Amino acid sequence: MIKPLEDILIVDFSQFLSGPSASLRMADMGARVVKIERPPAGDISRHLYISNVEMNGDSSVFHAINRNKESFAADLRHPEDLAEVRALIAGADVVMHNFRPGVMERLGLDYPSMKKIKPDIVYGEISGYGTEGPWKNKPGQDLLVQALSGLMQLSGNADKGPVPMGISVVDILAGAQLVQGILACLVRRGVTGQGGLVQVSMLEAACDLQFETLTTFFSDHGQPVQRTTQNNAHPYLGAPYGIYETKNGYLALAMNPVPRLGTLLGCEPLTGYSDPASWFHQREEIKDILRRHLKTRTTAEWLGILETADVWCAEVLSWPKLMSHPGYHALEMEQTATMSDGYTFRTTRCPVEIDGEKLLSGKGTPKLGEDREMILENLKTHRHPAN
Amino acid sequence: MKPLENIIVLELCQYMAGPSAGLRLADLGARVIKVERPLTGDAGRQLAIKDLFIDGNSVLFHTINRNKESYAADLKSPHDLEKIRELIAKADVLTHNFRPGVMKRLGLDYENVRPINPRIVYSEITGYGSKGPWRDKPGQDLLIQALSGLTWLSGDKDDPPTPFGLSIADTLCGIHLTQGILAALIRRHKTGMGARIEVNLLASVIDFQFEVITTYLNDGGKDPERAIQGNGHAYLSAPYGVYRTRDGFLVLAMGDLVRLGQQTGCEAITKYDDKNDWFLKRDEILRSLAEIISQKATGEWLEVLEPADIWCAEVMDYGRFLAHGGYRALQMDQQIHLPSGKSITTTRCPIRIDGELYFSSRPGPVLGGDTGAIDQEFSIKT
Repeated sequence: MIKPLEDILIVDFSQFLSGPSASLRMADMGARVVKIERPPAGDISRHLYISNVEMNGDSSVFHAINRNKESFAADLRHPEDLAEVRALIAGADVVMHNFRPGVMERLGLDYPSMKKIKPDIVYGEISGYGTEGPWKNKPGQDLLVQALSGLMQLSGNADKGPVPMGISVVDILAGAQLVQGILACLVRRGVTGQGGLVQVSMLEAACDLQFETLTTFFSDHGQPVQRTTQNNAHPYLGAPYGIYETKNGYLALAMNPVPRLGTLLGCEPLTGYSDPASWFHQREEIKDILRRHLKTRTTAEWLGILETADVWCAEVLSWPKLMSHPGYHALEMEQTATMSDGYTFRTTRCPVEIDGEKLLSGKGTPKLGEDREMILENLKTHRHPAN
Repeated sequence: MKPLENIIVLELCQYMAGPSAGLRLADLGARVIKVERPLTGDAGRQLAIKDLFIDGNSVLFHTINRNKESYAADLKSPHDLEKIRELIAKADVLTHNFRPGVMKRLGLDYENVRPINPRIVYSEITGYGSKGPWRDKPGQDLLIQALSGLTWLSGDKDDPPTPFGLSIADTLCGIHLTQGILAALIRRHKTGMGARIEVNLLASVIDFQFEVITTYLNDGGKDPERAIQGNGHAYLSAPYGVYRTRDGFLVLAMGDLVRLGQQTGCEAITKYDDKNDWFLKRDEILRSLAEIISQKATGEWLEVLEPADIWCAEVMDYGRFLAHGGYRALQMDQQIHLPSGKSITTTRCPIRIDGELYFSSRPGPVLGGDTGAIDQEFSIKT
């Protein structure tokens, strides 16, 4: 397979998760990503440990996000380092960063300046809240954007107060949007030869994630978002949509006609809800009936009945159960990456498959600045950073 | 010029994941033609959330399918199938989300489509991939969340498994499909090759958890542990989480505990000078902080914490958020106009290109509304 982004060189100034997750995706699709890091610490997420896990001197998240990249150490406040970086950009296809507004301008690395060095450059940037408005200088951090954007009123039950989504969802989506914008501009560059500026903010990404619920809120004339008191899985969906406790675990039920569910489960009171509108308007009482009923038997017993009848349901799994399941093995989601010093670690792969093949990469995470000499050497000999 | 102008996408998808990819491609300039079964069309037309319909279609359908055209064809009829094959010859991209095997039975699998159009980017979304015991399971968002382990990351320690309260699997998978399609179009320009792109909902939600799963795979397989109260992220140290104030809620992201203790006057947490304790003793730290934070109003805390550059924010609901200058500065919403004169407010494409915001007021298409015009344009025999 020819990986689709082969020969694309990305110079990436970003740190933490949003930008680096975008360059990881493009690296896995075949691009060469050079991470510009400031010595002596580099990308701050090298030492942003989660659950205190350290792997070969860096945090587990840093490895997850930055494998399959090169690292070039440069202190952008030093003119010499800056000149090297500019030379690198002259041979690049994409430049990206996630500094707060104004930083790249002060360094002379903003889009208009880069365009002079490389007219067809595709320049991507992620901000927290856009470049205007009262929040523009607020820290662009995932939990903060979740809080401000209304996202915390969607998960959990009605009496819980705000419930954050327990993954850095806004960072990841902002990165994913940036990838789309950059790739779209590279498609255009192929046709017209022009570069482009791609801008994404975390707050816009959070709004886009909520495009369905926000549109509902607008159409609903601003009725407050209402989660159910129990078994909430989506504030705007009717019963039975939710997760239910069984005798020995939990079962997820998607949208299914309530009376049919009643018949299949032997739960007589449910068979009376024949009007589909009642599945939304009377969802609290329907969920209550269902909750009591589902506790009486095991998950496997319920699945035995429901799956045969093609009812949309699934067991709720934890990672150990998921990872020992043949359904997970069939995906071949894991891969091993090896660093230049021989350290190896397990991680997940790119979720996109091309021409029937998985986009795997065994290249590990770069040590801070480890590729600097090689890149400079190549620049000298080829006036181009290719290796 | 919008980046995807002149790209034609045939969308043989329904519901959410596939059509959300079509929507993004449309907003970036592509021409997206939904191929829909006559009379009923995309099942998403009748799938409403909160029972909201407008002119016979769900509001949700317009949200996901605005800015597209509709071509009615019955894939079970040889006559219509032939028309689709002619359309495929003219298209750059085809997307579908049929269950494994369906397209093969129709003779529209990649092996059969490629000879018609070797340059096509043929793209498929499934629930669980094309092999393994789950391949025929319904690819539905909540089920994927349940199976993927995701539900053990949100909520507090003693809460039941807590799903994300929106269609996260569909959203992610649609994005991954778009990324694959765009990458293949870049390669096509260089090499002339078409491509087959495959994504599935489960892989997308595993990928979504890549940071925490990588941690899990390298920490000896410890289960994620949500905080007892105010959990923000199972793997992050105190003070990361949600706190009740006198009149609302506040979040605190990662930061130096000793400084935070000084700024909030929470004497009890200034003693944690070993960073490892911020994770190991997270529950007791969160409890001490919660007690102090609850004593003042959100606004009072923000006045103290924001100038000290402590990462914090008020928790807002939609009403407050949408009225705020920070939201309005984004110009995030747009109106779409239906033929009947009615309109729907929805959000725009979140990507700015060349400093421009991409708005589109075009509604979801009338079922088959563009069939005649498309037949004529591409000289398709009817």
